[in-house]
Amino acid sequence: MERVLLARVGKKDSRAIDGYIADGGYGAWKRVVGGGFTPEQLTEEVKKSGLRGRGGAGFPTGVKWGFLPKDTKGKPIYLLCNADESEPGTFKDRLLMEEDPHQVIEGVALSAYAIKCQTAYIYIRGEFYDGARILDRALAEAYAKGFLGRNIMGSNVTLDITVHRGAGAYICGEETGLIESLEGKRGQPRIKPPFPAVHGVFGCPTIVNNVETLACVPHIVNRGVEWFSKIGRNEKNTGPKLYCLSGQVNRPGVYEAPMGLQLKELIFGDDFGRGMKGGRKVKAVIPGGASANMLTAAEIEDCPLDFDGVAAKGSMLGSAAIIVMNEDVCIVNAAQNLSKFFSHESCGQCTPCREGTPWLHKVLTRIEEGEGRVEDVDLLVRICNQMANGMTICVFSDAAIAPPLSSVTKFRDEYLHHVEHKRCRVGAKAAMAAV
Amino acid sequence: MSHTRYRIASAGKPRPFPPEAMTRIQETLKRYPTKQAALLPVLWIAQETFGWISKESAEEVARILELPPSHVDGVLTFYTMYNLHPVGTHLLQVCTSISCHLAGAGDLVAHCKKRLGIGQEETTKDGRFTLIEVECIAGCDRAPSMMVNDKYYEPMDEKKLDGLLDQLSGRA
Repeated sequence: MERVLLARVGKKDSRAIDGYIADGGYGAWKRVVGGGFTPEQLTEEVKKSGLRGRGGAGFPTGVKWGFLPKDTKGKPIYLLCNADESEPGTFKDRLLMEEDPHQVIEGVALSAYAIKCQTAYIYIRGEFYDGARILDRALAEAYAKGFLGRNIMGSNVTLDITVHRGAGAYICGEETGLIESLEGKRGQPRIKPPFPAVHGVFGCPTIVNNVETLACVPHIVNRGVEWFSKIGRNEKNTGPKLYCLSGQVNRPGVYEAPMGLQLKELIFGDDFGRGMKGGRKVKAVIPGGASANMLTAAEIEDCPLDFDGVAAKGSMLGSAAIIVMNEDVCIVNAAQNLSKFFSHESCGQCTPCREGTPWLHKVLTRIEEGEGRVEDVDLLVRICNQMANGMTICVFSDAAIAPPLSSVTKFRDEYLHHVEHKRCRVGAKAAMAAV
Repeated sequence: MSHTRYRIASAGKPRPFPPEAMTRIQETLKRYPTKQAALLPVLWIAQETFGWISKESAEEVARILELPPSHVDGVLTFYTMYNLHPVGTHLLQVCTSISCHLAGAGDLVAHCKKRLGIGQEETTKDGRFTLIEVECIAGCDRAPSMMVNDKYYEPMDEKKLDGLLDQLSGRA
């Protein structure tokens, strides 16, 4: 497939506005602001394109926009670009913002127009110092060209975009956590309903969309709904998609392919990962970031990487962060590492999550360190079951149980080996222990 | 670090911002409909100005934004990137999340601790280096990834780390 979202990545001066304009950039924005589309028409186009949110949930973007009240009773509408990319294994938005910031800005601008928003924020994670600086510079260029601000290009369209930096908190990627954080509070998710479309930031109707989602919008405007919706495996999984490949493969990186690329093609294909490092075998694959259930080597056969394809395998595409583990990885060790993340990042609001995540980490640590008891394996399952399915305000807790629960279920023998023999069955530690 | 309360108590004296920081704060306030919304950016300005956020700086931020000091305190201790006490000139942030872990981040951290003679969240005696293990910083394809202050260094290995530490120590 031709590169769409990554078309300009790697080009000389890919960040500068003149290069972006020379490549046709801001053409869609000029057309829309010049009256080419009404906001309603643009929303309808995005709906028809089948674009689904690239942040993790895969919710249809146009439908989300449609949830905004018709009459906001004088309240402004806000658009928040979610650039808090913090899901372990995910690094696509960083690339988009650092290498082609104007594509992101044009996407924000078009989407803001579609939802009749005059103030948009790009909420970027604190660690992306470069990303924030690059976006700030790009915004200054866009303002200088008259693409942003009041009465843009002589129209009655007004839009301000501000980069807002987070300060280190995974939970701010959750849309209501992000909203709280933008309001200058702890990033603790809100109870829904009311949903942000009705009552979001500053009590006003708000739409939160991921960076990659918004970056698709200029292409939909430029090339049409039909073109966009024909890319991808079927009409429910459309468009170009960025896949973040990491772990023990020969060529990790961000790869663009039509939605629905086969998982094995991503790992082994010449255009993608080029196989496993050292020719080792696949043991497990996390297909959608730390929050997704692990898949076994058998399960990666015929696994299209789109929202429905991965869901059919009992996991999720999430942020399309594919983390590949080889046969030398101790699955208990991997689950322990993942539980450390969730334990560290729980916002502390709900008891099952605040208490459950460190407890999981504690039990996994003791199994990993050879202090586990046989009953610990089922204890993990019991803890997980008490943390999930609506016990908490947001889905963080459901995410946190994915690695332990899926790995205990699928690699139970490794856990049992651990508690019986007090060490890993595989991996460097097992080799050392055997000496 | 994130779990540490202010190490130095307030001396009860305000810690005013220099004029250029005040100008930045005024510019920042224009971008938001409420003063409270400017809290994270203003705390960033405080950290960039003083290197860390003291109790007195936090109280000054609360005064400027007309917020209860307890609210500022709650926010400060929630986010991990605000330094509640002084850190070394070079803040070493080594990612230990899954992809970096699979690529040997644990060994990298161990090497770093041994070489600098410090543990997690500790600072070398000369005040040059502070080491922290951090969660995923979105450098998974260039694992193991790390940051020093605001710059990424990736992929990292022990040899490269030695070279970097030499350079930052002014030895290379």
